[in-house]
Amino acid sequence: MRYLRPETLGEALAALATAPHAILAGGTDFYPAAGDRPLRTDVLDITGLAALRGVARAGDGWRLGALTTWTDVVKAGLPPRFDALKGAAREVGSVQIQNVATVAGNLCNASPAADGVPPLLALNAQVELSRQDGTRVLPLGDFLQGNRRTALAADEMMTAILIPDDLPGGDERSHFVKLGARTYLVISIAMVAAVVAVDDAGAIAQARVSVGSCSVVARRLTALEADLTGQPLAQAAAIAAPRHMADLSPIDDVRATAAYRREAALELVRRALSHCAGGQP
Amino acid sequence: MSPDGATRAAIPVSFTLNGKPVTVTTDPVRRLTQVLRDDLGQTGTKVGCDAGDCGACTVLLDGAPVCACMVPVGRLEGHDLRTVEGLAAEGVLDRLQRAFLRFGAAQCGICTPGMLMAAGALLAETPRPTEAQVKDALGGVLCRCTGYRKIIQAVMAATDLDSHTPQAAVGAAVGSRIERLDGNPKVTGADRFGADTAPEGSLVVRVIRSPFHRAAFDLGDLTGFVAAHPGLVRVLTAADVPGRNLHGVIPDMADQPVFAVGETRYKGEAVAAVVGEAEAMEALDLADLPVTWTELPAVLTPAEALAEGAPRLHDRRPENTLMRGLVQRGELAEGFVAAAHVVEGEYSTGFIEHAYIEPEAGYARRVGDRIEVVACTQAPYMDRDDVAAILGLPKDAVRIIPTAVGGGFGSKLDLSLQPYVALAAWLLDRPARITYTRPESMASTTKRHPSHITARIGADADGRLTAMDFLGTFNTGAYASWGPTVGNRVPVHASGPYVYGAYRARSHAVHTNCAPSGAFRGFGVPQSAVAQETLFDELAERLGIDPLDFRLINALDNGSPTVTGQVFDTGVGFKDCLRALKPHWERARAEAAAANAAHPDGPRRGVGVAGMWYGCGNTSLPNPSTLKVGVKADGSLVLFQGAVDIGQGSNTVMTQICADALGLPVDRFQLIHGDTDLTPDAGKTSASRQTFVSGKASYLAGRDLRAQILRLTNASDGAAIDITAEAIRVSEGGTTSTIPLAGLKADAEGFVLMGQGTFDPPTSPLDANGQGEPYAVFGYGAHMVELAVDTRLGTIKLIKLTAAHDVGRAINPLLVEGQVEGGVAQGIGLALMEEFVPGRSENLHDYLIPTAGDVPEIETLLIEAADPLGPYGAKGIGEQALIPTAPAILNAIRHATGARVRHLPATPGTVLRALKDAGHAPVETPDHG
Repeated sequence: MRYLRPETLGEALAALATAPHAILAGGTDFYPAAGDRPLRTDVLDITGLAALRGVARAGDGWRLGALTTWTDVVKAGLPPRFDALKGAAREVGSVQIQNVATVAGNLCNASPAADGVPPLLALNAQVELSRQDGTRVLPLGDFLQGNRRTALAADEMMTAILIPDDLPGGDERSHFVKLGARTYLVISIAMVAAVVAVDDAGAIAQARVSVGSCSVVARRLTALEADLTGQPLAQAAAIAAPRHMADLSPIDDVRATAAYRREAALELVRRALSHCAGGQP
Repeated sequence: MSPDGATRAAIPVSFTLNGKPVTVTTDPVRRLTQVLRDDLGQTGTKVGCDAGDCGACTVLLDGAPVCACMVPVGRLEGHDLRTVEGLAAEGVLDRLQRAFLRFGAAQCGICTPGMLMAAGALLAETPRPTEAQVKDALGGVLCRCTGYRKIIQAVMAATDLDSHTPQAAVGAAVGSRIERLDGNPKVTGADRFGADTAPEGSLVVRVIRSPFHRAAFDLGDLTGFVAAHPGLVRVLTAADVPGRNLHGVIPDMADQPVFAVGETRYKGEAVAAVVGEAEAMEALDLADLPVTWTELPAVLTPAEALAEGAPRLHDRRPENTLMRGLVQRGELAEGFVAAAHVVEGEYSTGFIEHAYIEPEAGYARRVGDRIEVVACTQAPYMDRDDVAAILGLPKDAVRIIPTAVGGGFGSKLDLSLQPYVALAAWLLDRPARITYTRPESMASTTKRHPSHITARIGADADGRLTAMDFLGTFNTGAYASWGPTVGNRVPVHASGPYVYGAYRARSHAVHTNCAPSGAFRGFGVPQSAVAQETLFDELAERLGIDPLDFRLINALDNGSPTVTGQVFDTGVGFKDCLRALKPHWERARAEAAAANAAHPDGPRRGVGVAGMWYGCGNTSLPNPSTLKVGVKADGSLVLFQGAVDIGQGSNTVMTQICADALGLPVDRFQLIHGDTDLTPDAGKTSASRQTFVSGKASYLAGRDLRAQILRLTNASDGAAIDITAEAIRVSEGGTTSTIPLAGLKADAEGFVLMGQGTFDPPTSPLDANGQGEPYAVFGYGAHMVELAVDTRLGTIKLIKLTAAHDVGRAINPLLVEGQVEGGVAQGIGLALMEEFVPGRSENLHDYLIPTAGDVPEIETLLIEAADPLGPYGAKGIGEQALIPTAPAILNAIRHATGARVRHLPATPGTVLRALKDAGHAPVETPDHG
């Protein structure tokens, strides 16, 4: 069993090329998953790869290095469309979790209740996956394949999350709403992220709305997004309707029933849109 | 890398720990908590869950709070780490630590290090934080004792804390808000909990547990397994138990095996225990043991267990029935005939997990022909007796030394780890330790009984209660534990503190293949109060009577008989509690009405009230306590205090009482607590009995010593006593008599004088109809809840809770408030979020308890209707504080919206369904179009 903590990406990818490793970053999923069992895997601790940490402009968009923590996201100067992601960042676990857990790790863990997924779906995020012989970029929606299943190959690691500058110009708003049975340290019953671009007349130029914890992978509500386009932002909340939730496939679990989740999701969508329009959440 | 690849190569890791450089050489993937605690001996950082769910292990890594249980130690290289041990420079507490003591922010103390570290990080950036900022900073650290309010106050006040520590004058200790006497080690990290104390080189024990609710099992070749794994020493099974392979808190109902034989009766039941050297045990995966399981049909609810053909759990208990209880008084049928209005309802509550932040832990060692068990416990003498029976030893061959207890709430009354470490240490003649994992603790230890209750209550046109008929069926799990106690206590208490024309309450405790239901703060009364108190509001509404007035009309008073026919001539302070709430009630109802009128589309505001009573001590059974206080030849004063302090404050309360009884200041006392070799039996810490029962014994011990001293000088009781290193001085009327200590004969332990007090509260047996005097005293109280209901999501926002409690006499109001606030927080959990589902929520992220953000402002109104027996009039408060919270919340929800929630917890989905039933939140059916 090995423990590697390389300082260059090249070393890390070389290690992955030789054998599969458990990739350890924030550790907030790695250790709970281990429970009381001994850790009998080769471990690649990537936290020495300083170049992978931070949020920066990159080409026509933004790049979140794979070691960017939730606290880094909260502290970063970012345009308003990232407000939903920042909102999610403040509600991931606790301050203790946010200080070490990475956004990329949240995606790689691929929980249906991953707080980062709805806002990043609404940002049209892509993920950069690197291996020794090259790099590929996948839309987040393609990367996430199911409950705890992703497109990550054994010899790959996520190196960045890429956010394109693809919103129409003009005013942009975004918001995140998480519903749980208590205030802190809570896995959501349902959550919603909304990103909207508004033209000079106050009409929605583009809307992106996603819902988490209501399907194995969080989903964009494309039918709702289409219905919202061109409509006054002030009317957006009223346009959201039960039929727009049809693509969700929530389940019953210890937190809530499927039926409740479906209803709550609609209400949360309305609140997120209402907040974007300047109302209260 | 070792040749076989089975272990990871150790590497040196250098970092700064509390300002000093350290280097450890270890497997770099080990959790930082393990290295701090096991390798560096820094046990101030606690482990509550190993999953980031509780925050007890919060440390500062380069100044930022992180959970040390999820940090690989290899990552520390070159970094700066701060732990609780580094807070007190040169042993001087910092302001935050002092604020924690001043405000009573540390109860059991297990979460305190994590709280201090998280709060310290906040204060470093924001010296004068708002409440919201404090909550955000502390949201990741769970506390099960305090209800968070005193922690929040302490953090907000820390930067400007003055240096004046409250002191109590001689003779005025009782009633003073002094800081807890055992607080210092709780804020420095020096307190030793179950997992913090084992001798160097102890063997480690881990228990093999059933993965199924019911299973047959074959243990396979355990000897071969041990032989094939260097460092493992032995696997213990039922065949290794030299005495009785059974234990139970009620001796004649003992039915729980140390190791199951043949088949297991619940998921989490022990079948074997592996013992080995620490390193080998850390590398062991329990799943590798050669145990084969065969799942068998199981019954998980009373309905299943009572169904025809259901498998019987215990041969001697037909119909899976552990017991039935009954209290009846008056003619029930006539009572209902006399009623102008009758309401009825069906209620249910689920398993509630105690969720103390300290999982069970401790060690044992063999000392010649005796065994010593050092572990967290609420009941050292009961532990002693059962460990003796299991090992086949006389009772006096067993010594129980309680560690600091990181929360108990009833579950640490039962044996858990004790038999396993005791067996290992006894058979192998080496110290053996164990620390339960969080999932193991949750799966295997006792729970609050799930309840299914039907109740029917009638009142006449004037609002007087004419009749109540109650039936509570309780899921008592696989073993008896405290099931009979719950079954007996509920019928006595299901009435609440009210007067009825006629009353019948029946209980039925039913075995299932679930974890044993046992004692949990209130012994079934919180469940019954939910039914009774919410039906009262429905009845008051039918009658057109204000809910608080309805309770006042029917409230038990001095001279009126309880449902068991008991009459108290004095000390029934329930009406005082309700009257104390009245101005708050009128203010709150007016504010809610105004808010609802002003914001018709906003959240619905509501106000609810609920009352309670709770008998202190065992139900119609003896439960004596004995305390001793002595003077040594060197003038030191020692209180032998066996009432285990699990955070509630008995170390402090017993001393305050004894100080005034004796006439000396609190700071003169040294304490010896809870060691069965040293302290007399002060009973168990449960049933809200310690302040009342042991407190009275402490009072009597103090009075006894005082009388002995006064006799030496023929002084009257008005004399003042002083004890110095040389002499006892007794002053009266301007003259002082001096008794040189050297002139007094010292006993073998060095004591020249010893006072002793024993108190056993007078009760009488209940007859076949449950009539009699079950308790010597009851505590009374009422809670008022203000909240807002989000009618579209079904979420509840608590605004304020006002708690009025008749405590007879508040020995230490700061500690009493701490009990109230902690009880309220657990009541909030019961009402809104907590439900343990066996096999599904054995962790602290699926099982939710309130966080710092979930407990609103709490105002405590202390009523002091003195009890004639209690020390200085005091009654118990521990369990009282939890009971009325949940029904008050449900009543407030109903007041706000008309929604009736009868099945707890009132999670958002449950509330939304009730709102719809009440005509709220128009149903929008997805048309899938």
